[in-house]
Amino acid sequence: MEKLIVSPSPHDENYMKTWKIMLNVIIALMPAVVASCIIFGPRALLLTAVCVASCIVFEYLCRKIMKRDNTIGDLSAVVTGILLAMNLPVTLPIWMAVIGSFVAIVIVKQLFGGLGQNFANPAITARIVLMVSFPSAMTNWAVPFYYKESAADVVTGATPLASGDASYLDLFLGNVGGCLGETCALALLIGGIYLAIRRIISLAAPLSFIGSLALLTAISGGDPLYEILAGGVFIGAFFMATDYATTPITTKGKIIFGLGCGIITFVIRSFGSYPEGVSFSILLMNILTPYIDLLTRHKVFGAKEAEKNEG
Amino acid sequence: MKKKLRGLKLNHRKNTENSATVEFPLSAKLTVPMSMNMGAPCVPLVKVGDEVKVGQKIGDTDAFFSVPVHSGASGRVTAITDYLAANGSVCKAVEIETDGLQTVSDEVKPPAISDKESFIKAVRESGSCGLGGAGFPTHIKLNPKTKIDTLIINAAECEPYITADYREMIENSEDIAGGIKLLLKMLDIPKAKLAIEANKPEAIEKFTKMTENDDSIEVFTLPSSYPQGAEKVIIYNTTGKIVKEGELPSDEGVIVMNVSTVSFIYRYTKTGMPLTSRRLTVDGDAVGEPKNVRAVIGTPFREILEFCKTDMENVKKLIGGGPMMGMSLPSADMPVVKTTNALLAVKSYDERKPTACIRCGRCVNVCPLGIMPAEIERAYKIRNIEELKSLKVTLCMNCGSCTYVCPANRKLAETNQLAKMLIPRK
Repeated sequence: MEKLIVSPSPHDENYMKTWKIMLNVIIALMPAVVASCIIFGPRALLLTAVCVASCIVFEYLCRKIMKRDNTIGDLSAVVTGILLAMNLPVTLPIWMAVIGSFVAIVIVKQLFGGLGQNFANPAITARIVLMVSFPSAMTNWAVPFYYKESAADVVTGATPLASGDASYLDLFLGNVGGCLGETCALALLIGGIYLAIRRIISLAAPLSFIGSLALLTAISGGDPLYEILAGGVFIGAFFMATDYATTPITTKGKIIFGLGCGIITFVIRSFGSYPEGVSFSILLMNILTPYIDLLTRHKVFGAKEAEKNEG
Repeated sequence: MKKKLRGLKLNHRKNTENSATVEFPLSAKLTVPMSMNMGAPCVPLVKVGDEVKVGQKIGDTDAFFSVPVHSGASGRVTAITDYLAANGSVCKAVEIETDGLQTVSDEVKPPAISDKESFIKAVRESGSCGLGGAGFPTHIKLNPKTKIDTLIINAAECEPYITADYREMIENSEDIAGGIKLLLKMLDIPKAKLAIEANKPEAIEKFTKMTENDDSIEVFTLPSSYPQGAEKVIIYNTTGKIVKEGELPSDEGVIVMNVSTVSFIYRYTKTGMPLTSRRLTVDGDAVGEPKNVRAVIGTPFREILEFCKTDMENVKKLIGGGPMMGMSLPSADMPVVKTTNALLAVKSYDERKPTACIRCGRCVNVCPLGIMPAEIERAYKIRNIEELKSLKVTLCMNCGSCTYVCPANRKLAETNQLAKMLIPRK
């Protein structure tokens, strides 16, 4: 009683805190992590562990050097680590993965001010940096279940986007070549639905992303189902296009963001030299986010329009 | 289709909804502040040593935007002190040593009311202000310049814990009905809407039955989301009218009054006893026996807390009002004032350290008025006044929803209030 706490209202608080949100994202990524271990073997788990550990270490060191609060407790570095790993091929050398973590945490996130301040998605940007720096290592796609073969060499093949001959079921279950976490659409869908039910993410961006890509593919005479199941559409739509810091705040903005991603992905896949365009589309839309935010502000209830010629 | 306003689902915790009001025994000493509501503070009309009686006017002022103050007990004035209110303002306060006799003053007699003018004069003399917590002088609200078509009775009581208005509806329903009819007649308003939040089905049923044969009173059920009781929100939800920036509800032909205020005014016209006591909900996790008590204005909170078996040692925070908009009190020795609808004593409270904004948009998606606290915070940080103006921060009613939902513990509602102060008034 001696010292009463005096603070402005409200005095009540919600139970949902930053670290719990991040924990929910980690839980939502678990099906994809498990699927990657089943499809690509123990090395997938090793790569994930390396990414997570290096992200945490870089985050810790960065904050220490910049003399700022230690923020590894908010678990955002863990989320970045897992997402980065999900975007790498299983055969990638460990040191390259560590470079990816460095780019994601130090350059993209902390140099711009840390959590919530980065304008681009750390994992996506790191993937793109690795892709243009080490193009062959980043496109060395192991075939699923290669680790069960007795052959000494890793058998590699093309991704379904390049080859175009996988069955829907294989695509849905992830029985195709590709990055760790992007092949199994089922696991990503479970994670995305979980996040939506827990109200961690809004489905506005994922649905408009997937929907617009499917629609454009259908119009151009392609196979919409194949296009959305193959490549990184699901992981991009549910886990990257819903990142708080780098996507618009309002529902209207999220829909525009998703549409933009769908359109750019379609254009890159159809006309670009890369078979896959999800990463670039999200990065490009990240850059547009502040402008989308500006144009999609809520109309304030009862507000009068600003007087014209006010100066 | 009418656009639905955003809102917040809160845990209602109306633990005291079935606790009938308990009369709090008269305290030995009262501290009656000269300013308990919006408007100019009163000047004490009594000196140290004066005898006072129940209902005697002890403070008044010539200012129009103000209401007089009355004594709630008979006794002797022992001091006139400087009083620091919870909101930081300073005024005089009259300290009264009660004699326990509760002799009623000769001033207390039913007012002579013949027309609107005499009614409004009587309302001012009653010392009435909005009992819901904001404390707007009632006589000013009842005297708008425009034609009013709807009287909205605010019985939302949307804040958690508080059941003071609810108990009024259960215990004094006749006074409420009488008060509504009186107001409609005196102010020549065609209809009234009694707006009750859906979490009070008993009250809704009771009043629906009572007003069955009265076309002028409609019982309206508000959705159970916070903040239904906010003036602009309740007006929109009951009538569809939008009170625009810079307007008063009366500009849209509406007056909103708290249900307990209406009830009080009716009793005043019958008895002439001014506003000298009120019901407040005493609750919170430090309170052993949560109750609704009726206490004389000026009663120290400490005595009421002890009366309700509060674990005084471990109280970390005292709140006058609800957990969303109530004010935290610096000391338990402050008195009950006209606007105290609840007293909450909290022991499990940790100071929350703000962390980085993660731009999750929860604040933006909860604001009932569509204000964007996350954007306001950024603009406030760099003192961008033009941006703050275009973000309409001045419309923020400080309902606290944004701070409540923020996962990063950011004090968004507080920042909004600070940002408002940067904008020069016209």
